[in-house]
Amino acid sequence: MSDTELAFVRSEEIPPAPPPASEAGAVKWMRENLFAGWFNTLLTILAIYIIGRFVVFAFPWFWNGVWDAGSIKECRDILSAAGKTTGACFAVLVDRWDHLLFGFKYPAEGYWRPTLAFIMLIFAAAPALFAQYVPRKFLIFTGLYPFIAFWLVWGGSLWVPLCILAAILATAYIFRVVENLDVGARGVLAGIVGAAAGLGLAFLLFQGATELWFISNSVGAGGALGTLASLLFKAASIFMFVFFIPMGIFVGYAIYNDAEDGGLVTVVTALFAIYVMLAYLLSPVSGALNAIIPIELQAVPSRDMGGYMLCLILGTVCVSLSIPLGIVLALGRQSNMPLIKGVCVVFIEFVRGVPLITLLFVANVMLAYFMPPQSNFDLILRVIIMITMFSAAYIAEVIRGGLAALPKGQYEAADSLGLNYTQSIRLIILPQALKISIPGIVNVAVGLFKDTTLVSVISMFDIVGMIRGPIQQSTDWISIYWEVYLFAAMVFFVVCYSISQYSQWLERQLATDHK
Amino acid sequence: MAEQAIQMQVSDEIAITISKMNKWYGAFHVLRDIDLTVNRGERIVICGPSGSGKSTLIRCINALEEHQQGSIEVDGTLLSSDLKNIDKIRSEVGMCFQHFNLFPHLTILENCTLAPIWVRKTPKKEAEETAMHFLEKVKIPEQADKYPGQLSGGQQQRVAIARSLCMRPRIMLFDEPTSALDPEMIAEVLDTMIELAEEGMTMLCVTHEMGFARKVANRVIFMDAGQIVEQNEPESFFSNPQSPRTQLFLSQILGH
Repeated sequence: MSDTELAFVRSEEIPPAPPPASEAGAVKWMRENLFAGWFNTLLTILAIYIIGRFVVFAFPWFWNGVWDAGSIKECRDILSAAGKTTGACFAVLVDRWDHLLFGFKYPAEGYWRPTLAFIMLIFAAAPALFAQYVPRKFLIFTGLYPFIAFWLVWGGSLWVPLCILAAILATAYIFRVVENLDVGARGVLAGIVGAAAGLGLAFLLFQGATELWFISNSVGAGGALGTLASLLFKAASIFMFVFFIPMGIFVGYAIYNDAEDGGLVTVVTALFAIYVMLAYLLSPVSGALNAIIPIELQAVPSRDMGGYMLCLILGTVCVSLSIPLGIVLALGRQSNMPLIKGVCVVFIEFVRGVPLITLLFVANVMLAYFMPPQSNFDLILRVIIMITMFSAAYIAEVIRGGLAALPKGQYEAADSLGLNYTQSIRLIILPQALKISIPGIVNVAVGLFKDTTLVSVISMFDIVGMIRGPIQQSTDWISIYWEVYLFAAMVFFVVCYSISQYSQWLERQLATDHK
Repeated sequence: MAEQAIQMQVSDEIAITISKMNKWYGAFHVLRDIDLTVNRGERIVICGPSGSGKSTLIRCINALEEHQQGSIEVDGTLLSSDLKNIDKIRSEVGMCFQHFNLFPHLTILENCTLAPIWVRKTPKKEAEETAMHFLEKVKIPEQADKYPGQLSGGQQQRVAIARSLCMRPRIMLFDEPTSALDPEMIAEVLDTMIELAEEGMTMLCVTHEMGFARKVANRVIFMDAGQIVEQNEPESFFSNPQSPRTQLFLSQILGH
């Protein structure tokens, strides 16, 4: 081409055309995904072979499964009578169904209670999990659910959870009132509360120091290590003896000094109130009310909880407690205040550095040493505290990742609009940081739910504990493995897979870009 | 169309007083002895090479950055470490950022109503009416229910302006509002800002848009190395710069 035309003006628009109609359907899909190239084809054939072998091996086992037998021996007799070489004894699931679900000590006539609590859980979780589709007012039921469920599962007097609920509501009311006090009244209150808190702390520290001194005398017998431990305890004790009065004065003064701003006074007063109500008023008041109008279910002690129910209790309670705690820890770790930041960092790093099983042993055995002799601190409560602490530390780190991923501009924009710290965290920062953290949080939650089976090592009979103990050790079902563990795997899979699917749905719901 | 500078009354009332203000980043002296008085209704353009401290200066005015020496007084409120004063000043001073910083998890309307509802305690309905009013003003009322991620850069910046205006600020700060935008979008944002200036808003703009400075500003400030090097009316500033540093800067920026 000798004379190339440089100038060009489009005179008509090119209309948009449909894409070329290539061969579609199953054939195309298979060629692209299963038989693209010789290597791909080889892998496909290999995979089909492995799956086929597995099905050929496992299917008869399932298909020949015996569902109706009283013991493993009876089951094997049935199989051999029918001339089958392989077959599962699913009869164990039928025979021990109640034990797998509720443990072996939960009263059989009360099975409806945890079942009802479980059904109610679905309705209680719905307003929180599907906020768009369920009206907000149903959140009231979510708030009441813990008390109802506690009463249903543990039994006892209905007045106990009701009084706890009343105490919490009263505390919230006191919080509100103190928050809105005028400065003068708050100053007086801060004086009283500060003095009480200072005295209380000094007393506690004094007691602790005496206790430590006592311990130091009792460990000093066994060689160099014992002497060292004794000296350490003595040093700690002396340290506390020296500081119990200054610490009390310091804390009391800090509370008093804060009267004008009011945050500390409000929080400490509320804590005081709920402590007094729960420690001193709860049992007499609920006892008296129960004497007037008795509403009671048969009480079931924590030791009698077991089976999959125990896993579900631990899982739900710990997940729902550890997410808020994790948020607080993550925010604390970001704080400008060195004391708060330090406490959060030490807590997170310590708890993450320790295996969960150690914490559970501490909950089971060690805590008793640190409690006053007559105190009867519920075992499940101790386990819940430990698991919650453990997963909260992990969740805090996940959320910290989410917080770090937010551009600094988001904080600045919130600041520049005049939002205060609480508002900007609640309205701007957390909604975005949590959204980023969803996969990580769900990861921790799923892991935590499966970790609840670890309580079987501290002789609690959750589903794995039931299998390892009362079922496999029984004469009827001695050394039965596949059937029961497959069942346990299945019930966990159902819950964990649902959680994972829910989180993916939630992520899609929260996606706001390019919708 | 001839570039016609906006003639606006500048009142004698003082909006911002900055005196002997100094700021350090660690050992680095970012702002040195800044003295600046801004009257109500003034439109000030701050320019200068990058790293000269111009953004830091306006970010000090609403305490996004903390200054270490000297004083800043905004609308008669002294900027100190007292959180109440800071929140008061921030709610009176609007700010637009280079990267818009809209809240991506909220719709455009929610972005605009959030601060009035939570800071000013405006009833939701009223806040929404105000928001729609300002969204109409920046000419994107039809996007109210979309999310920021679905808007173009220019639209996002106009939303950011509307979001600030919903707080009914008496002073607006612009921190390079057009630097992250395509040329076509720069125009729409500048038009919005010009409109705002015509209504008598007190404005401090860090920008490299010299056309905007000529047309809108009543004062141009040139900063270098953390100091105010020169300030003048736009006409004299551009035609007759005094300091050699200003001359060099202008020759570089206007040379192309």
